[in-house]
Amino acid sequence: MAVSTSQDVAAVPAALAFPPVSAGRRFVDRFARSIIAIAFAVALIPLISLLWIVISRGVKMFSWDFLSTDMVGVFGDMTSGGAVHAIVGTLLITGAAVLISVPLGLLTAIYLVEYGRGPLARAITFLVDVMTGIPSIVAGLFAFALFVLIFGPAYRAGLMGAVALSVLMTPVVVRSVEEMLRLVPNELREASYALGVPKWLTIIKVVLRTSVAGIVTGIMLSIARVIGETAPLLITVGMMTRMNTNIFDGRMATLPVFAYTEYSKGGVGIDRAWAAALTLIIIVMGLNLIARLIARKFSPKFNR
Amino acid sequence: MSKRIDVKDLNVYYGDFLAVEGVTMAIEPRQVTALIGPSGCGKSTFLRTLNRMHEVIPGARVSGKAMIDGTDLYGTGVDPVAVRRHVGMVFQRPNPFPTMSIADNVLAGVKLNNKRISKSDAAEVVEHSLRGANLWNEVKDRLDRPGSSLSGGQQQRLCIARAIAVQPEVLLMDEPCSALDPISTLAIEDLINELKNQFTIVIVTHNMQQAARVSDRTAFFNIAGTGKPGKLIEIDDTATIFSTPSNPATEDYISGRFG
Repeated sequence: MAVSTSQDVAAVPAALAFPPVSAGRRFVDRFARSIIAIAFAVALIPLISLLWIVISRGVKMFSWDFLSTDMVGVFGDMTSGGAVHAIVGTLLITGAAVLISVPLGLLTAIYLVEYGRGPLARAITFLVDVMTGIPSIVAGLFAFALFVLIFGPAYRAGLMGAVALSVLMTPVVVRSVEEMLRLVPNELREASYALGVPKWLTIIKVVLRTSVAGIVTGIMLSIARVIGETAPLLITVGMMTRMNTNIFDGRMATLPVFAYTEYSKGGVGIDRAWAAALTLIIIVMGLNLIARLIARKFSPKFNR
Repeated sequence: MSKRIDVKDLNVYYGDFLAVEGVTMAIEPRQVTALIGPSGCGKSTFLRTLNRMHEVIPGARVSGKAMIDGTDLYGTGVDPVAVRRHVGMVFQRPNPFPTMSIADNVLAGVKLNNKRISKSDAAEVVEHSLRGANLWNEVKDRLDRPGSSLSGGQQQRLCIARAIAVQPEVLLMDEPCSALDPISTLAIEDLINELKNQFTIVIVTHNMQQAARVSDRTAFFNIAGTGKPGKLIEIDDTATIFSTPSNPATEDYISGRFG
């Protein structure tokens, strides 16, 4: 680029001369850029240090044995034993929570975006907002109270934990799916209606199909939100030393509660807790990876 | 295949607001009827009432009659979905389904309705509709590419192919060329000329030359001022409207002395 000299500038009329970017604006630009870069770096510090600590401390106990044995007959300073029962418990309880909250959240979001008008829709939106702010321990107590009321005080089951988690999860699902459905251009709905497609088919085959990538991502985020919950599971499903695959009866071990109880034992338990934390992070990352693949496969091809 | 539409004393409301007032007109089969008029005069709103697409907007309703070959579109028990199968629509902005291939976009009316169609039938519908929309030669080698990979003008012709694939009797076009360049516009106008052999066409346009070029009859809508309802001023043969309109407002608008 040729930079005009002062002589050139003088040669053209004042109204046509384009002055260079002023010093003030250049300063503001640099200032804003550095603030943004610093903020990004600061936000990364805890993330990286967290990953570093979990990985470096977690690998001590992390092994195939840890992933494939339970805690039956493990006492004191014995270094054997593992978390398979907690892994299975976490997957089962979170899976059940997903089965409860995804249909509930999806249908609520569809109602809010495609049908809801007036006071009822506003009330639902408000309640969803309130639900988003429920502390997890309250959700746990709610599920505990609910099941005790129905099945008596001695009842414990993985399902209780799943219900507690779905109380936390449903509003997140509603919110993220709602956002995704609103992103679908109205023109696509109209195009479908104009072809004589009824509303329900339009919703299933056009609206949901177009937004499925975003919906899957939203659901994954909501799973990540609840899979590490400890307090509600501590109350509702407690702890076990062996595998329980029946979510309708009996206590179950879960990774967060396993990490908590092992950590409070001290000694080798602390290493187990870190290994459990590492396992949990790996599960969440694996789920995220799957969601990415699904999202890529189904995402619409906008070429604009 | 084509049908005549008779509209009588049609009022369109958005909630309590009267948007279009007292439209009475006859739309002849196998002809192109152009709706012209200033922005906000209710042309598009009126067009949408002809296949009940206005009902998508909450609070919109009509009074009066719109008959297609003697059947009242707004009769009790008439399913709006069934109406839209007979009266197709092309929109202002090309809106192919982004998740579907070119071929699937043409078949959208079949596929979205969960209807079964044999492979050979499907291929025939795709070719016939794309030929009908003058798009076949441009896309026949890439039918499985996404519909959104086409240019704007091609996308609009794809949308026309999609609309005629369900074999409607009437085709409504809401400013189909306003987002297109002159060459694509010419392609669509040629297409409209061919399509009127089969379909009754109603087109909303802001381009008066376009109305003069493509239409057989022209209806002029006007609005007295903001907040007032839009009205049909007159409808006549296009040649008459553009040479000797009976209403001075029409002449003012056409000759550019509007407002």
